[in-house]
Amino acid sequence: MSTTTPTAETAPSFGLGIGRSVRLGFSRIKLEVRSYFRQGDSVFFTFLFPVVMLTIFAVAFSEQNFGTEEEPLTAAAFYLPGMIAAGLLLSGLQNMAIDIAMERSDGTLKRLAGTPLPVMSYFIGKIGQVFTTGVLQATLVILVASLAFDVELPSEPSKWVTFAWVFVLGVTTSAVLGIALSGLPRSGKSATAVVIPVALVLQFISGVYLGFSMLPEWLQNFASIFPLKWMAQGMREVFLPASFEVMEQSESWNLPGVAIATGLWLVIGLIVTRITFRWIRKDS
Amino acid sequence: MNTTAPVVQVENLRKTYGSFAAVDSVSFEIQRGETFALLGPNGAGKSTTIEILEGYRDRTGGSVKVLGVDPGKGGLNWKARLGIVLQSSGESGNVSVREQLTHFAGYYPNPRNVDEVIASVGLEAKAGTLIRKLSGGQRRRVDVALGIIGSPELLFLDEPTTGFDPEARQQFWQLIRSLKADGTTILLTTHYLDEAAQLGDRAGVIAGGKMIDIGAIDEIGGEEARIPLVRWRDANGKHEERTHTPGAVVASLMAAGAEPAGLEIVRPSLEDIYLQLVSDHAHAREVENAR
Repeated sequence: MSTTTPTAETAPSFGLGIGRSVRLGFSRIKLEVRSYFRQGDSVFFTFLFPVVMLTIFAVAFSEQNFGTEEEPLTAAAFYLPGMIAAGLLLSGLQNMAIDIAMERSDGTLKRLAGTPLPVMSYFIGKIGQVFTTGVLQATLVILVASLAFDVELPSEPSKWVTFAWVFVLGVTTSAVLGIALSGLPRSGKSATAVVIPVALVLQFISGVYLGFSMLPEWLQNFASIFPLKWMAQGMREVFLPASFEVMEQSESWNLPGVAIATGLWLVIGLIVTRITFRWIRKDS
Repeated sequence: MNTTAPVVQVENLRKTYGSFAAVDSVSFEIQRGETFALLGPNGAGKSTTIEILEGYRDRTGGSVKVLGVDPGKGGLNWKARLGIVLQSSGESGNVSVREQLTHFAGYYPNPRNVDEVIASVGLEAKAGTLIRKLSGGQRRRVDVALGIIGSPELLFLDEPTTGFDPEARQQFWQLIRSLKADGTTILLTTHYLDEAAQLGDRAGVIAGGKMIDIGAIDEIGGEEARIPLVRWRDANGKHEERTHTPGAVVASLMAAGAEPAGLEIVRPSLEDIYLQLVSDHAHAREVENAR
């Protein structure tokens, strides 16, 4: 047969390598971040939420002392680490899970599936968006705490090193878990109903809204299965006075535990995403 | 060397959902540079067929080659040679027309010029507008622009002009003609038979999952279906006569006496022929089911 059927093999390849995936990934980040801030509801519910909650707690409990007689602590200082951890969960898990479920049902993913965009670039775009918005969100929460509520920020560089790795690990884990979770809702509309309660329950049992030491031991143990408890614990090490350490489980900040538990969830999220992520549900 | 291998080859394509056959042994080929119109009523299997060709759906049986590749196994290099305009979607559209097109252009090895594409779909005045703020017809034009931004060898157009006003449709036809002139192969589904007649080289008519006719636009439905019709009314009611010599029929009516009422000589349009084909098919099915 003399026909020269054009095939993928004979067609000129245009660099399917990692370089192209990364370049398009950064192009996606730009588009995703732009799109995020133009979407009014996500800015309110995920971006500003921790600042709003911090403000409410700081104002509502402004008369209370969360520390001791000798070492008083304001509500704003007490809630700051929890709000930063909640921000990681909201910007990552909640935002991603809802966003991707929406994109699956509104046709965005179907359109992308028909283009030569690598899945990897799409993920880079999503994680980059979470990272960018997460950094801005944490900065805003810390600035508001410091400027509006006089929270004293740590001065030791070692604390900020801890902050940096807990933040990066936390935000990445949270984003990846969000991508993994996005396959669960059957439609974009049900995504909010499925994801928000999960995120809310986690926040209540992980020491975000309620002091973790106030919870019964069995609930503390249960919460320890999930990553948010560990992210919040890492943030408490950074922002709370050393005297609070004895109130933790095992009376220690247990930073290695924070790294291991969060890292484990990152691996689980990556595996689930690798196995389950599809641009579209075929034949639905 | 022979470079005339078909761009699309479909043989005995079958897609079943349980016991329901959405597509039932459909076969056709599209040659390089050809515009093929896939016609049929809603639910006939057009979109299922086109989505199998685009790689969105798996097939139950038969063989499919698109640009020489099985769409079920098409990789990124293969997708880079396609342009896909899906049926309308409801994306959030928080980026402007130009941002979206510039971004998508980056996916392809040889993209078209973004501003030229925006101009070709008539959205120059809206280039800086957020997509969500556009009207339905304007969003549809963005879909078309995204489909052609990568200079595809094969363009899928699934009901591309739904929601267009007549002027926009004329403009769109002009655009498609220029793509055809550049050698783009096009697979078009449409509800507008005049559109298929304007743009298509060949057409296939699908009904009930089966290809009931296929051929050049000016041959589909057969010779018989194109014979002019003479219609008139008299005291006995309505009359209709198919004839190669309509003038003679009219002359004989005149010779018989009075001016006939409601006299018409009709050359069946593609739409008439299509409607006849589909209703014949539906009728044949009913007879079959009644047995």
